[in-house]
Amino acid sequence: MTNVIDCKNVSIRYITGDFKDIGFKEYVMRKATGNYHVQEFWADKNITFKIKKGDMLGIIGSNGAGKSTLLKAISGVMIPTEGTIKTKGSIAALLELTAGFDGDLTVKENTYLRGAMLGYTREFMNEMYESIISFAELEKFQDRLFNQLSSGMRSRLAFSIACLVNPDILILDEVLSVGDGAFRKKSGDKMREILSSGVTGILVSHTTAQIRELCNKVLWLDHGEQICFSDEVDLYVNAYEDFLINKQLPQSYEDVQMMSERYLQNVDLEQQKKKAKEIKRLEEVLRNKNDYAVEAALNILKEKKPELLKKSAFHEEKA
Amino acid sequence: MTVIEKYSKYRFLFEELVSRDFKEKYKRTVLGMGWSVMSPLLNLLVMVLVFTKLLGRNTPHYTIYVFCGNLVMSYFRESTRGGMRSLVANRAIITKINVPKYMFLLSNNVSSLINFGLTLSVFFLLCIIDHITFTWRFVLLIYPIICLTIFNIGVGLILSACFVFFQDTGYLYEILLTLINYLSAVFYRIDGFSATVQRLFLCNPLYCFIHYFRCIVINTSVPSLQFHLLCLFYAMLSLAIGAWFYKRYNHQFLYYL
Repeated sequence: MTNVIDCKNVSIRYITGDFKDIGFKEYVMRKATGNYHVQEFWADKNITFKIKKGDMLGIIGSNGAGKSTLLKAISGVMIPTEGTIKTKGSIAALLELTAGFDGDLTVKENTYLRGAMLGYTREFMNEMYESIISFAELEKFQDRLFNQLSSGMRSRLAFSIACLVNPDILILDEVLSVGDGAFRKKSGDKMREILSSGVTGILVSHTTAQIRELCNKVLWLDHGEQICFSDEVDLYVNAYEDFLINKQLPQSYEDVQMMSERYLQNVDLEQQKKKAKEIKRLEEVLRNKNDYAVEAALNILKEKKPELLKKSAFHEEKA
Repeated sequence: MTVIEKYSKYRFLFEELVSRDFKEKYKRTVLGMGWSVMSPLLNLLVMVLVFTKLLGRNTPHYTIYVFCGNLVMSYFRESTRGGMRSLVANRAIITKINVPKYMFLLSNNVSSLINFGLTLSVFFLLCIIDHITFTWRFVLLIYPIICLTIFNIGVGLILSACFVFFQDTGYLYEILLTLINYLSAVFYRIDGFSATVQRLFLCNPLYCFIHYFRCIVINTSVPSLQFHLLCLFYAMLSLAIGAWFYKRYNHQFLYYL
């Protein structure tokens, strides 16, 4: 199988510092007085990974790790400062869903505009328009200005358009589900359906459960450095969760295993603590409340573990 | 990718952007469109009122003479002003979705062109009122219009890149526009100047486009072949510099937006 995305030694540099917002006059003045400074900032350093068709890559890392910048480079919005990125096939990148809509256009016009930006044809949009609107539940608002929609409606529309995607590569940045209760579930289901249809994808998420559920490869970034790229998803996600608690990066594979172990132990410990706490609480109830609670407990015992009651009755008789 | 493939790939986007810009501009109002015709007319009225006694006494069809200048200048002004802001205004899209950035500039230029078309029809109306005889030569006006449009796109490319890097480009450009306006013989005649100065006017592309209009409409003569080539040269030069600028800094825009 061939590589769908081949990222080789990719580094991306941002330039920050004086130049932004100072204007031409000030720029000339500072250049003349030798007061002009620029700072470099590497958002990503030396990142290498390959994913094949059907792979789902999860990217993890705390804020400012360079995840979004990397996604921009893969989707072609940005050009890496060093290194190369090779991609095969069409890419649909869903980064910050509601950005780029136009408040002064109607819902319908915005739908077509967004479709055009995602690279669809007019015929395709004509065909899909009805289903987009009905999925977003916005039938009554088609001719409303986008500005007049609530933020929930906006993200519903954005999500519904994005759901159409039938690309070779799908890039998701924290957009697995949107909206309120019912729609949240609907959109989450829809996304899962798309992801499990065998599309090649990249998923950035702070919800580690999603990464465990959906991804078969994991890339861990920290302050632009690549900590790992591996297909041992559970192991590394465990270690990552340990890192979130102890703020210590692994130095070697042994470290990762140790951290994963520690995390699992922690989870065990937490669960035991929880269990003990719950038992204590229930005991309190049985002890302090009136006899009804005890009676209820006895009824349940009779139902679930009658042999226990028999045994104790037998003991009493003997005594 | 060839130009044709690119065109068919992005045609839908382009059409949608044009229709967006157009709607945005007029905000779905009837007056909005009327105003874009009224505004150059009022401008013309002021100029004619002020300058007729001063400069226009010996100029035949002085109103049309000024209108030629205004027509070209207002198209140039509007198109480049809008083009300058086209990248920054669409920053939310450019930083998220991979689309060719020049699309935004081109769509902006199309809506300026439509506006220009409206003003042009008013111009012809005024020509009739002013007893100007229409000849076959009027068809030739398409040539300076095409050159001017290309010229505008080139200047827009340069300005939009500058505007991304330097936020005060807008103010500086306004000053430059005023200067160009005074140097382009919009409301005065140049035959009072010495031959050398008259030749210097040819260094100003906008003067050339205005002059072309005046030759056809007022003098009913066709400019020389060299003059045609000069117009083409300016258009191509501006486009070449603009394209070079854009290609060179294209990938850097993102850091600044």
